[in-house]
Formats: sequence, C-alpha cells, structure tokens
Amino acid sequence: MPISNHFRILAAVAALSLLTLYALPLWSIDLLAPQYPEGLGLVIKANTIQGKGANDLATINELNHYIGMKEIDPDAVPELRVMPWAIAVLAVLGLGAAAIGRPAALIAWLGVFAVAGAAGMVQFWRWGYDYGHHLAPDAIIKVPGMAYQPPLLGTKQMLNFTATSWPAVGGYVAGAAFLAFALAIWLGVREARTHARA
Amino acid sequence: MKLSKWFPQAAAALVAGGALLYACTSAPKQNQSSSLVSGDAAQRVYVAPGSYDEYYAFLSGGYSGQIAVYGLPSGRLIKVISVFSQNPEDAWGYAEETKPMLNTSYGFIPWDDAHHPELSQTNGVPDGRWLFINGNNTPRIARIDLTTFTTAEIIQLPNSAGGHAAPFTTPDSKYVVSATRFSVPIPNADVPIASYKDNFRGTLSFVTADQPGKMDIAFQILMPGFDYDLGHAGKGPSDGWFFFTSYNSEQANTKLEVNASQNDKDFIAAINYRQAEQCVAAGKAKTFPSKYAHNVYDEASHTATSTMMTSVRMLDPRDCPGVAYFLPTPKSPHGVDVDPTGEYIVAGGKLATVIPVHSFSKLQKAIADKAFDKEIAGIPVLKYEAVIAGEVQKPGLGPLHTEFDGKGYAYTSMFISSEVVKWKLGTWEIVDRVPTYYSIGHLMIPGGDSKKPWGKYMLALNKITKDRYLPTGPELFQSAQLYDISGDKMKLLLDFPTIGEPHYAQALPAAMIKDKQLKFYSLANNTNQYVTRAESEGGITRSGKRVDIKMIAIRSHFAPDNLEGVQVGDTVYFHVTNIEQDWDIVHGFAVLGSENSELIINPGETRSIRWIPKAPGVYPFYCTDFCSALHQEMQGYVRVSPAGSMVALTANVSPKAQQQMSTAKKSEATKK
Repeated sequence: MPISNHFRILAAVAALSLLTLYALPLWSIDLLAPQYPEGLGLVIKANTIQGKGANDLATINELNHYIGMKEIDPDAVPELRVMPWAIAVLAVLGLGAAAIGRPAALIAWLGVFAVAGAAGMVQFWRWGYDYGHHLAPDAIIKVPGMAYQPPLLGTKQMLNFTATSWPAVGGYVAGAAFLAFALAIWLGVREARTHARA
Repeated sequence: MKLSKWFPQAAAALVAGGALLYACTSAPKQNQSSSLVSGDAAQRVYVAPGSYDEYYAFLSGGYSGQIAVYGLPSGRLIKVISVFSQNPEDAWGYAEETKPMLNTSYGFIPWDDAHHPELSQTNGVPDGRWLFINGNNTPRIARIDLTTFTTAEIIQLPNSAGGHAAPFTTPDSKYVVSATRFSVPIPNADVPIASYKDNFRGTLSFVTADQPGKMDIAFQILMPGFDYDLGHAGKGPSDGWFFFTSYNSEQANTKLEVNASQNDKDFIAAINYRQAEQCVAAGKAKTFPSKYAHNVYDEASHTATSTMMTSVRMLDPRDCPGVAYFLPTPKSPHGVDVDPTGEYIVAGGKLATVIPVHSFSKLQKAIADKAFDKEIAGIPVLKYEAVIAGEVQKPGLGPLHTEFDGKGYAYTSMFISSEVVKWKLGTWEIVDRVPTYYSIGHLMIPGGDSKKPWGKYMLALNKITKDRYLPTGPELFQSAQLYDISGDKMKLLLDFPTIGEPHYAQALPAAMIKDKQLKFYSLANNTNQYVTRAESEGGITRSGKRVDIKMIAIRSHFAPDNLEGVQVGDTVYFHVTNIEQDWDIVHGFAVLGSENSELIINPGETRSIRWIPKAPGVYPFYCTDFCSALHQEMQGYVRVSPAGSMVALTANVSPKAQQQMSTAKKSEATKK
C-alpha cells in the first residue's frame, strides 16, 4: 500500500534535489604548503574537476610533475562522463518510486542510490589510488614507500603538502537527499501502520 | 633644546665661519637620542612577523635613480622600483623590452637623480592611482603603476635643465609640473656663459598626467633666468594656481654660493594656470621646436616604445597678462608648501631668519589693488607687505620644507640646526621642536601636502648619517627617522637606513592599494612579439646574422634547452617567456659571458636579452631566481661554432613539447 501523498512529495523533492548536482561541487580537496600559505584547491563536480583559483589545476599539475604524477585532465576521467547520466537516472527513478509510492519501490530506490553512491566513492578512491601510485619511472622526487593518494575523507600529509578532502555542498545535498528520502519512507510507513492499527 | 638662546651666536658663526658646512659642526655624541625615545616606541613600530604595515611609503632613491618602498611604521624595505637607472637586478634598461624607457633626445641615458615622489590626487587627496617622480639631471617625469609597482611611462622635459621643481601635482592630477633649476639659453645655443643675463631663461612646464600612456606637455611658460627650485599647487580657494620658488634672482653665473645669496629677497612665482590654459587656447603660445622623448610601457606586450616629439607650446607671460606674479620672499627660498585649507603659502627660506607665510586672499587683493613694486620681464612683483600673512620668528636655521597634519599645525624641516619645528598656522607660534639625525632635508607626513593629511606619523629624511648605525667605511647609507605626531609633542619612534638619497617621500594608507596588486600577468593576454606560450612553440631561427631563440621557463626547466647552429659574428636574442601562472614564481635567465645583465621574468611575462658570443664553444645558461627545489637543474647549453660552420640550426624538443605537438596533430586530423 502506498504511503500518503505528503511523504511521497517529500521523496519526490529529495529525488529532484539531485538535479542541483549539475551545478554544485560534490567534493573538495584543499592543499596547503609552506610555499602556498594561501592554499591551492580542487573541486570535483558531476562532469568536471576544477581548480578553486583560476590557475590552481594548472599549478597542481605543474607541481605534480616533480613526483611523476599524471596530469589531471578532466577530459580523460571516464567517471565524469558517466556521473551526469547516473544523476539523471537516479532522479528519474526517484520520481518514479515516489509516484508508485509503495515502500518496496521506495526502498529499492534507496538501495540503488546507496549502491551508486558507494560505487562512486569506490571509483573516486580508485582514481585517487591510480594517480597516487602509478608514478612515472623517471620521476624527479622518489621517496621510498611514499604514495600520493589524496585522502577520501580527512587530512593527510604528503611531502610539503597537507591535503584535506571533504564533501562539498553538492555532497551534502546528495546526503541530505538520501536522508530525506529515507525519512519520507520511515514516516510514511509508520503513518500507514498507525492508520492500519486504527 | 632651546635653540633660540644660541640662535644669534649660530647666525654669527654662519656668517663668520661658514657653519653651513655640516663638516664643521661637531657631531653629537653617539646615540644621544636613545634617551629621547619614549618607553613605548618599540611597541609602536613593531609589526609582528606575518603582519602588514599601516602605510606604504615611497622614498626617492635620489642619486640611485630609483624608488624604495618601505612599510610604516616598521621601516621595512619592501620593494625597489626601477625608474631612471639601468638595473641589472631586474634587467630594467638591459632587456630589449625595457630599453626604450630610458631613451631621451640625448640618447640612451642609463641614470638619473630621482628626487620627488608624488602620488596622484583626486579632489586634492592622494588616490592611489599612480606615483610620479622626477629625473633631475636629464629632466624627465616618470609615472609608476601602483598595481604592478613598475614604471609605466616617462616623458622628457625639453627647454629645461635640472628638473628639480617636479613632479608636483594639481589637486586633480590634470597636470604635474616641472621647472628648470638651471636657467639655460632657450632654445639651447652656443653663447658665452657670461651672457647669462641676456641669454639665459627658465621654463615652467605643465604636463598632462591624468591619461595613462598619454602624458603630454600642455604648455611651457618662459620665465626670467632664475633658478626655479620647488613648487606646489594651490587647493581649495587657491585651486587653479601654482607656486614655484626661485633663487638666484641676482642672475649670477659663477660662484652662486656667494653671488646668488646677496638679495634679501628672491621670489615665489605665482602662476594662474587656468589663465595660461585660456591664453594657450586663444593661440597666444608659440609653437616652439623642441625634441623630447615620450616613452610608454605596454603591459600586454611587455614592451616599451619611445616616441620622439618635436615641439611644445611656449607661453611668454608678456603675451598673457595676469598669468604670473612674483611674491618677494626671504631669502633664497627652497620649499613652497600650501596648507590644507589652500590659504597659506609657506616658504622655506634657506638663508632666512624667519619662515615667511603668504596669504592667498591677500595675494588676490594685492593683484586687484595693483600693489606692485616693479615688473620683471612683464611679470609684476607684488609688495611683500601686501601678500605676507605672517612670519614664524626664530624658527631655527636653514628652513627647507613644510608639511601639515590637518589639525592646524605645520612642521618645518631645519637643515642647519638639524631639527623639525612644529608651529601653529595663523598665530605663527612655535609649539614644539625635535632634533633629527642629521641635517634633515625633506620631511613627510602621509598626505601632508594634500587637503586631508593622515597626521599620525612624520618621517624625517636626513642627509647625514654619522653615528646612527654601525660604521661602514667612508660611505654610509642615509637615514630616515619616524616620529609620532598624534599628540602635542613629537616623539621619535624609529631610525632606519635608506637606499641612495631619501630625498623626498610620499605615503598612503596600505588599504588604498594593497588589494589591487596584480599577482601575475595573464599568459593568454601576452602580446609580446616573441611570446612562447607552450613548450612546443619554442625554437631557434636565423635571419642573416641575427639569431632569435624563443624559449619557455617553468619549474624547473627551460624548453628548448639545447641550442646549436649559432656562429661567431651572430647577434643572438634570447626571448624567454615565464609560462607560470602562479604568484611569486619568478624565473631568471643568465648566459655565460653576457655583456648584458641577467633577465628576471615575472609569471606570464616575456623578456629578451641580446648576447654576442665572441668565440666558439659551448655556453651554459641558467635560472638566476631560486624558483624551486630543482632550481639548480634549471639550465641549458648554446653551442657556438666558427663563422661559416655547417652545424645546423637546431633546438631540441622536450618530451612535453613532443606530447603537445602530437596532441595538436591529432586534433588537426580529427578536424579533417
């Protein structure tokens, strides 16, 4: 039996809010070093990676050549091609689930979202691992045992740089969408049960 | 120190023994001032590591030809701006792009004597747009861009010798002025020096200054052959007037020390420049053939161009009645300073026993009443009594310059008695005096020559250093002293050394320009003829005996960095573009055996240097600015072969350049 309309609307709004991820940054990486007291930074968006300052990406790539890291070229990251579609599909499925309104459909969507999110994080981690570990054999600076994988969450010291990685606004929006959707299911189901008892 | 007590004796000594010579005065005991420094002085000037100063202070480098920028109140040197002197440190005047900046009608002049920094103004208050400074020896005025702290424009002043009364600004910076310190034949000519009185003239130049890149001599005013020393514009009620001091009204041409010190009074020339504008517009100025250079630095191409101008408009006061008046002023006046209200015109009579202050309202009345003593070359001389507002009695010895705190007080520097005297405008009473170390010339209060002084600090700019710092042989850095003038009494806070001669200074609150600073030049907007935007664009080309090498500099390499095919007898130009787009990542370039300087190349900038190899061999070049951890690896080689050699002209291709070229080819192929 479907949950009531107002919780379905809440679920639909939560699904629709994913569309803001086309504009909002999902993830943020900040880099601080003695030479960069003002900081360098990257933001990851659904379809691209950008420097926080106008030339931050170019500067980071320039610095990375010392440790033999590949250049970060947003055009060469396949995940950035997939992510906009994944978001669209998630939003549409979420709307569909809200229209159906049955807990099973709604919970199924949550499952899909969770899997997609987890897959995204795994890909992000793998991407970071690849950049951090597959270094040019003729790298200028080689520190035995040192890899330059940025942290997924939190702060890590990498040579002279302190890298800090956290979700950006879009990441929080996605999390909030997930929670709001789950809340809609929980409240909707509880309400339905209360009605059923009465 | 009660100066007035020993004033008569000192005056006697001055006449009898030549006390003007500082060498004759006994040097005060070492650190006599330490006891005069108040308890909290250290705290007042301490700017903690990582913190910023409150003011930018621009001190002229005097005979260094440059400008030194200090932070106040700390007295820390934060920048030297190359202006009139070749500077091998940053290739100013050595790099091909900057050489035209030092061009004049006399040819390439590698040095000048920079005296008076002057901030541009809006409504009579410094606005932080530009800084101007004069070259004294080969009269020139430079405009400094305050977003890049570089010299953007230099205009030469023809019909002038010794551009000392420069570059003082009008309240809107429509004009900055320059006047001849040395009168000379105008136009210059081969005449007996003894014919001074017949043949020598002075000029006052009005240079339009509010259009960047378009500085222009609006007109020159032909004056009697005196020495024109300093100037200041009127403001408020006296807006539209300019005041210039003159000495040597005796018109001596030898031993001026004595012969130009005979008249009790010389003159301040009061110029109604609005009247001059009207006369020029009415065609009363003569077109006067004159050769002078106008040099402009273009920030996009990073290249200067020099244009030789051919004439000025010369206005004779006889053809423009009411344009000029002389105010008798005792004695050999040096500074002429207008108070913030614009009513009082203060003269620093070097040899005077008073500080005379003229009144602008009395000046206007005297002109209306025709209270004239006589005329000199068509210029009415006003009666002293008709224009004088008051005299500061027994101020000290050798009054030179006056600045204002905006609270009704004036501060006058005393060269001979080595002190600053604070006195009240209107009552002319002296309220305080402090010693300076030693022999102060100019003094500076931020905005102290404007309508709204920031009357918190006063900086004394001294000529003699003696025992202020650890001795360094015969030649010592000159010194500046910072005083707190926020209270009733002036308090010495700090003593700091300066480059060259800190002749004069200007300062403004840091907040006015701090956030407008450019961090790097845009590579995309670089229009230099020889710009190299990517590694793949570098290379070597020959045109007859001229070889051009284009290369990039980026952490930590040049590309290309191996060059062959240069021959003895070639003239080689290295064109280096720093393709970094990151603040403070500067690269340098130097090649073995260069008779030129190094290059310093800012991010996004292109610089070129000429090199003429004299013998076959391999010549290394390297980065001179410690740019990165692999700075020592940032190097390359040029092979020089004998003239007529068959060695091919080649530049190596870096892996990155290869990659860039193949990417370009691929995208080309996809397009097809």
